[in-house]
Order: sequence, then structure tokens, then C-alpha cells
Amino acid sequence: MTSHDTSGGAVVLSHLSKSYGAVRAVRSIDLTIVPGETVALLGPNGAGKSTTIDMVLGLIRPDSGSVSLFGMSPTEAAASGVVGGMLQTGSLVEHLSVRELVTMVASLYPRPLGVADALALSGCTEIADRRTTKLSGGQAQRVRFAIALVANPDLLLLDEPTAALDVEARRDFWSSMRDVAARGKTVIFATHYLEEADAFADRIVLLARGSVVADGAPGEIKARVGARTIRATLPGAELSSLRALNGVIAADRRGDTVILTCSDAEAALRALLDRFPSLPDLEVGGAGLEEAFFALTADETDANDELQEVR
Amino acid sequence: MHPVYFRYELLRNFRNWRFIMFSLAYPVVLYFVVTGPQRHAKFDGTSFPLYFMAGMATVGTMIAVISSGARIAADRSAGWTRQLRITPLTAGDYLGAKVACGFLMALLAIALVSLSGTALGVRLSAGEWLTMIGLMLVGLIPVTVLGILLGHLVTPDSLAPAVGGTIMLLALLGGAYGFLVAKSGAVFDLIRALPSYWLVQAGKTALGGGGWPAEGWVVIAAWTAVLAPLAVFVYRRDTGRV
Repeated sequence: MTSHDTSGGAVVLSHLSKSYGAVRAVRSIDLTIVPGETVALLGPNGAGKSTTIDMVLGLIRPDSGSVSLFGMSPTEAAASGVVGGMLQTGSLVEHLSVRELVTMVASLYPRPLGVADALALSGCTEIADRRTTKLSGGQAQRVRFAIALVANPDLLLLDEPTAALDVEARRDFWSSMRDVAARGKTVIFATHYLEEADAFADRIVLLARGSVVADGAPGEIKARVGARTIRATLPGAELSSLRALNGVIAADRRGDTVILTCSDAEAALRALLDRFPSLPDLEVGGAGLEEAFFALTADETDANDELQEVR
Repeated sequence: MHPVYFRYELLRNFRNWRFIMFSLAYPVVLYFVVTGPQRHAKFDGTSFPLYFMAGMATVGTMIAVISSGARIAADRSAGWTRQLRITPLTAGDYLGAKVACGFLMALLAIALVSLSGTALGVRLSAGEWLTMIGLMLVGLIPVTVLGILLGHLVTPDSLAPAVGGTIMLLALLGGAYGFLVAKSGAVFDLIRALPSYWLVQAGKTALGGGGWPAEGWVVIAAWTAVLAPLAVFVYRRDTGRV
């Protein structure tokens, strides 16, 4: 399918940095993404996701560092039609129907997808003959997706693709995305929805304050924090003594239920069973990505600031 | 030129029928209203219907090419130029489509105003028509570049006054509305340094098959030489490209 150089990876970012005045939006990011990977750039607002995506697409010039897409510069990659993007943009161009707009964009690329295919895949078939100015926010977002898809790019970048979508539209969007990823495309998407990154990415790159604070499979990210929660009904137990148990990081109470956040759930459970002969309503669960996210960013932002000062 | 992109750009332009109506109807209506009672008058050494025909063609063509370039401001604010920059479409193809659309609209304006002139008794030989239209198209080059420049400097909010004001000022000072604010002295020297003056003069100087004097060519070349690098500069500043 691809004739270009992928030996160095589909996307290679090295020491990529960008500041806006005193704000260091992106701080020396190094990242290599192999062809076919689906990678989530996860982070809160202001983490540097959009700036990173704009630099990968060649829309913003980095202050320092470099971007290589299949061995090419972003501008060369765009010119050769291997890149598609769904940007966070204001509105769609006026005076065209959805089909006309997608046809126009298709004509710009060397190996486009069929217009009907792109419309079907993005869920735009029913609105194909509607003018771009007569669409709801969610429909406009689907049209942006169609524009990105019709390019039939080897690398697809999506900047917060589900931002304007309701829950159902979000589910439809990701089911379309699965079809696209299954075609062997490299996909990078920015999101601050933790469950999206968890459910759809092979790999999560966690960004905070312009730096990569974690990078791995969704499971690995969770494992790195190792957080598990134990819930049980223990009306009489003292939180301070629970907190002192082996493997427990934090203890909390909701009514009669105590919730223990554990770095080592097995050890904590053993210690708990030693102390309490019965543990009614016992539940052991994985902490969501959300907990992992906060645990990681809380640790690393402080460490990072110190690091910046040392440098 | 990218043919498919150009076709859709053209479609976008011509579906904007309010713009088409006003920009084409305005000079034609004004032509009949002003020239109708003065069909046998003389102005600036030529028949008033011919003079005012060139004047209204100047207004119509300036609206066409300046608006076309200035619409880049709308593309920018909609994020459309960002989207295009990650496609294989080149900057030349993008700007080329805008310029070509502007010139097509300009030709339409010239055709309608010329028909109106003919209806009110303007008679030119084929060579004179060709000379007039040819000179106008050349004179529109710096005006087109001015439109592209505006498209990068203004926001959609300020688009209407910026474009309208620029066209009005150029047309008024250039004598397109059938009078000159000065016919001698420093102000007249200033007027003669405007591309719009030479657009209006295209009608008169085409009589007998002649063209602009050297001064006209120098003015048009100088405006182009000054504005083109500025347009390249604002384009690069906008896209962060070098």
C-alpha cells in the first residue's frame, strides 16, 4: 500500500518544542509511532495536544525539534497526500452541498476513497444533498470526518473528533473509526475523554503541561499506577487504621461502606481479612483510567517543574 | 490551476446570488440612471456615455476582483485554509482559483456594462472594444493583488467596510463616477497615480485603437511591484511558511 519510507516509523517527533510567549505549550516531546498504530493523545485542556497535532500537520512551525512523517517533512507529506486531518475548525465552507464539498476535497488527493464510501463510512449519506450551512453541530462534525476519510490517507490525525457529539453520535463515530483502523491506517487522535482513549487506542500518550507523562498500552498505564479499589461494608472500622494497612494508599468512607485505594490489592486484602473475619459486600475493582490519569499527572507535574528548574 | 477545485470555487461564487446580483446590477443600474438623461453630453474630451461606461465597468470589475480576494478572510476564519494546507493543493492553485473567479466575474461585469453602453449609443470598432477590455484586464492585476492582501489583513467582521471603502475611494478618486475631484495640480497628480484612473481611461484611450500612454503602464506596473511582495509576505505570515 505504501511506497514511502516507514523504517523510522510513521511519525517521529524529536525534541519537539513550541512556546507562545511565556507559555511553553509543548516541551521537548519525543515520540515514535509505528505504521498501523492507533494512538490517543490524552490530556486536559492546555496539555499541548492541539499544538502537537498542528506541528505534526505542519500548520505550526516548532520552535525547535523536528517532525518526520514516513521520512518526509509535514509539508512534503501533505503535498504527497498521505496525511488526512480532522481539525477543530469554526465552520464548513458555504454554498456547497455535503456531497459537493467531499467531492471537491477528494479531487485534491492522488488516491482518494470513493465519495459514496466516505459519505457512508462517516454516516453522511442521508445529509449528502444538504447545504453545509444547514447542518447541526454533530452533522457538521461528521462532514469533517468525511473530509478526512475521503483523502484515504496513511496517517489520520483527529483533533478532539467527538467534541461536538452526543453519546450516541460518539458511539457511531468510534464504530466508523474501528473500520478505518482495521484498514491498516495509522491513527492519532486527541481527546480528553478518558474512556475513549481506553476503548479505542492501542496506545495512550498522556500529555500534561506540554510533556509526555506516560506512554503505553491502556492496561500498562493503569498498571503503572497499579491502583485497585476495595469496597466493603465495615461500619465500625477506623479510616486511619485502614490507611495504615499494607498496600493501601487511601481510605474513604461513604455511609457504612469503606473504599480503599490500593497500590497492592492482594496484600491489602490479606491484611484486611486478618483484621476483619467477615467483609460483607466485598468488591475489588480496577481503578478507571481517570484515577490513573490523576495519579500520574499529579505526581509528574511537580517533578516536571523541578526538572525544568534544574535544567 | 486545479480544474476540479476551480470548478467548485466557481460554484461557491455563483451560488452566492445576492453578491452576484448586487455586484453586477449596481453598475448597470447606475449607468442607465446617470447616462440616460446625458446621452449627448461630453466629459473629459469624450462622449459621456463612453466615459461613464468605462467608469461603471471599472466599478463592476473592481468589486469582482477585490471581493474575490477578500473572501480569503472568510476561508481563513472558517478554518478552511488550514484544512486545505494539509491537502496536496498548492498555494498557487488556491490563489489561482480565487484570481480566476475574480476575473471571470470581472469579464461578466464588463460584458453587461458594455451592452448597456451599446444600448445608449456607444459605438466602438472591434479593435477598440478589444483594446479597452484588454487594458482593463491588465489594470485589474494590482487591484486583484490588493484584494488578496485585504483577504489576509481583515476579519469577516471588517470585510464589508474594508472592501466597500477601498472600492469607493479608488472609484471616486479615479473618476469612475463621472467627475474628477481635480483636473490639475498635486491632487490630479495623485489621481493619475491610481490604477482606477487608468481603468477608467481605458475607455477613452481605446478610441482610435490607441492604448495608455507610458505613464499608465508605469503606474500599473509600480502598484503590482509594490503590492505583490506584500501579498506574499502576509500569506507567509498567515501560514507560517517560508
